[in-house]
Amino acid sequence: MKVLVAVKRVIDYNVKVRVKADNSDVDLTNVKMAMNPFCEIAVEEAVRLKEKGIASEIVVVSIGPKVAQEQIRTALALGADRGILIETEEKLEPLTVAKLLKGVIEKEQPQIVLMGKQTIDSDNNQTGQMLGALTGMPQGTFASEVAVDGDKVNVTREIDGGLRTVALNLPAIVTTDLRLNEPRYASLPNIMKAKRKPLDTTTPADLGVEVKSTLSLVKVTPPAERSAGIKVDSVATLVDKLKNDAKVL
Amino acid sequence: MAILVIAEHDNATLKGATLNTITAATKIGGDVEVLVAGSGCGAAAEAAAKVAGVAKVLVADNAAYEYQLAENMGELVAELGKGYSHILAAATTTGKDFLPRAAALLDVNMISEVIGVEGEDTFVRPIYAGNAIATVKSSDSIKVMTVRGTAFDAAAAEGGSAATESVDVAKDAGVSAFASEELAKSDRPELTAASVVISGGRGMGNGDNFEMLYKVADKIGAAVGASRAAVDAGFVPNDMQVGQTGKIVAPDLYVAVGISGAIQHLAGMKDSKVIVAINKDEEAPIFQVADYGLVADLFDAIPELESAL
Repeated sequence: MKVLVAVKRVIDYNVKVRVKADNSDVDLTNVKMAMNPFCEIAVEEAVRLKEKGIASEIVVVSIGPKVAQEQIRTALALGADRGILIETEEKLEPLTVAKLLKGVIEKEQPQIVLMGKQTIDSDNNQTGQMLGALTGMPQGTFASEVAVDGDKVNVTREIDGGLRTVALNLPAIVTTDLRLNEPRYASLPNIMKAKRKPLDTTTPADLGVEVKSTLSLVKVTPPAERSAGIKVDSVATLVDKLKNDAKVL
Repeated sequence: MAILVIAEHDNATLKGATLNTITAATKIGGDVEVLVAGSGCGAAAEAAAKVAGVAKVLVADNAAYEYQLAENMGELVAELGKGYSHILAAATTTGKDFLPRAAALLDVNMISEVIGVEGEDTFVRPIYAGNAIATVKSSDSIKVMTVRGTAFDAAAAEGGSAATESVDVAKDAGVSAFASEELAKSDRPELTAASVVISGGRGMGNGDNFEMLYKVADKIGAAVGASRAAVDAGFVPNDMQVGQTGKIVAPDLYVAVGISGAIQHLAGMKDSKVIVAINKDEEAPIFQVADYGLVADLFDAIPELESAL
């Protein structure tokens, strides 16, 4: 079966985010960018499905500026077969992203769509679910285990208080949580090979999707700072302070 | 203008997060109506009708909603939600699962993890793991959002007397089914509802050592959490994770044990009233946000703490 993986180029998770002085947005000038960590987990899961002989082809799609090709190449180096970049300079809301991915799904007809549960920039946690609604596909969100069983996929989900397994008819959408797998690193020969793998470019207009947003950013501010308190020298002092000063025990 | 709040419940009881979401709805202004969708969920609906500030409770009692599967809930909420100005759900793993589906079916954008209401169309939410706070304005006809419970007080569970109305809408997409569930059995309070939380990090060394934290927790009625590093290392399950990608907590007392204080962890607990850090590395960033810091080896300090309590 064909597996589609959606990946996003975001700020590297090790980089400390700074808000612009005019509070218009965060400052991303000259900041190191990388594949969203949850997307890396999605790519890894797709590669494992291929290694198990379940997936026959892995198509990786990304939406963003031309440089987002780098993240597609990373996925190709990790084991994806073919890439698609939907090129746009616009900042997109999850609903628009879902509409664009729906266009790709209609062309590619994948049986499983893998994507991260959220990106570490906008932290929306919406796109997979919205894509499910637009395509009518079922979803297994926040997955910690994915098991294909005939024409169904059983997805174990991380939920508040534990785990829940749902049985989904294929085609289905799976969004990844942290414990699904541990992504591998790309080897140098595979990075070289990835440069020769096919990467097509398309645009929102080609897919018939109008890019518009109904959400506007009023301002972006740094979070309220918490100031450091005092150091105590023993457990006894700590318990005393908590009981008598803070009155929380 | 009427606001629809989707109740979080297990058919028998109303979950606490619903009460915080109702408060957020009250801040927007307008009549607050609550949808209880489940199977045999009469008791949860009765509880919702008693919440102060609720004008009406809609009850969709149907086998299709027993497990609140996102595919069915999304269709139900999209259909019932059409007549409302706002649709709110708690930012729990249930709310986050079905609400984006409903928004997409309504062809509107959604606002995730709202922590502040500035007006009927302007909301505040954290982005970049809480390293920036965005104020966003929506021009959608229906504003759909999940609400972070720790940012709003709970509405009074008693005092209201809303009318209950049953809605006969059965949406069964027929593409997904509940298979099984493994819920952690614990007598300790739920992480997001506990007034005291004690969390362990990579410094705990292994999962067995968390036993020390359980002992302390049981003495003071605390919940036990963990940092992402401890979860990634396989010490404890992911549902214990406190942080931007896990649970967001804001208890009266938060005790961080062997946690360095990565920004992603701080995003999940920095709104706690009092923060205590116990770490042997005095340079650990956690001390910059702690009200009380103890530089000590946790393997000495925690047993000592247990006996001192």
